[in-house]
Amino acid sequence: MTLLDCLRDNLGLTGAHAGCEHGVCGACTILIDGVAVRACLMFAVQADGVAITTIEGLSPGPGELSVLQDAFCETHGLQCGYCTPAMILAAHALLAANPAPTRDDIVEAISGNICRCTGYAQIVEAIALAAERMRGANVPPETARGGSP
Amino acid sequence: MKPAPFEYSRPADVAEACATLAADDGARVIAGGQTLVPLMAMRVARPTRLVDIGRIADLAFVRQDDSAVAIGAVTRQCVIERHPLVAARLRLLAKVLPWVGHAATRARGTIGGSLANADPAAELSLVAVTLDATLSFRDAAQAAEIAAADFFTGAMTTALPATACLTAVRFPVWGGRIGTGFHEVNARRSDFAFAAAAAQLALDPDGTCRRLAIGVGAVTEIPVRLRRAEQALIGTHPSAASMRAAVHDSIGEVETASDLHASAAYRTRAAGALALRALIDAHEEAITCAPN
Repeated sequence: MTLLDCLRDNLGLTGAHAGCEHGVCGACTILIDGVAVRACLMFAVQADGVAITTIEGLSPGPGELSVLQDAFCETHGLQCGYCTPAMILAAHALLAANPAPTRDDIVEAISGNICRCTGYAQIVEAIALAAERMRGANVPPETARGGSP
Repeated sequence: MKPAPFEYSRPADVAEACATLAADDGARVIAGGQTLVPLMAMRVARPTRLVDIGRIADLAFVRQDDSAVAIGAVTRQCVIERHPLVAARLRLLAKVLPWVGHAATRARGTIGGSLANADPAAELSLVAVTLDATLSFRDAAQAAEIAAADFFTGAMTTALPATACLTAVRFPVWGGRIGTGFHEVNARRSDFAFAAAAAQLALDPDGTCRRLAIGVGAVTEIPVRLRRAEQALIGTHPSAASMRAAVHDSIGEVETASDLHASAAYRTRAAGALALRALIDAHEEAITCAPN
């Protein structure tokens, strides 16, 4: 059984989406020990002992959104939503490793994830916005004042 | 897209892995699974047992080994991509790694898995052939080595015995003023290449080409060297015209393949153009770079 099927069918974590199921579309992207991987290209038995993060694990509390999720909503970084959990997790892994990514870094980080609605531009915008906000979150309020909302 | 049923073993060491492989005719090694699992999902591969060597710590390393850099078979591509020894000593490999799959597949995929599955479009196979890498494997109690040139025998097939387990690959490190080049065309960044070319060149202080390797991949079943071009340029002061002529004369000898994505004629043109660009990059880098 693939890790993806185990997450969805056995654990009820249906935020990891089944798209192509052979490693091309990226819709099943999850984090293994904080790094983005494809859940369809791993068997559940191989995940023994690792830390798995799915989209269900990103929100800070019930009914709340993470900074990245908020940014996707605000910039219209999603339409049908099928690729979105994977896009957000790929972006999450990027921002954890690189808080100030260039546009090229962002494009590279989501290059393995296919979106058929947005044309990618708003997704790139969403990730850049989230990065800016997350960097700003570490700045004392007086220096951040006057910056973007 | 569901794999056929299979048994799963996770041996503690290579000896146990070899014993498990020998006991089951339909067993196959899995490490990162980034080539094998798609094949299983499409049921092109139907192993009866997977022997998972991915967690054998002895097989994950990058180290200096005399005049080579040795990399353990289950070393993940993302580790090699960021390894300082690779960046310093194997610039061609470092240059190619960002083109291998996507970040999410490099996070799991291993160097040995890419080589052992021998996808015709695999960039790592192209580098192994271009740099004359040596692959080490273990079959039963026997340790053996094979040159990359002899390892790849066809699309998705290698000379590795079915009961053997790849353990490491050694890339020779060239001394002196080295330049490298790599170019590829594909439909989407980091997708399978339609054509790819790699070059590494060493210059003497007076600008004479002392050593040269040019390889093209994804255009035939296995990566091939442009030996005629290499021979034509070694011992000369390469110029734009001589490099162009050498690649042009050599690429015609490569019998390129047609498929859904590209015709043989396109692949010949693309491989020639990419090989020339890789060679020009390598030459320019060798002129400007500090000695290795």
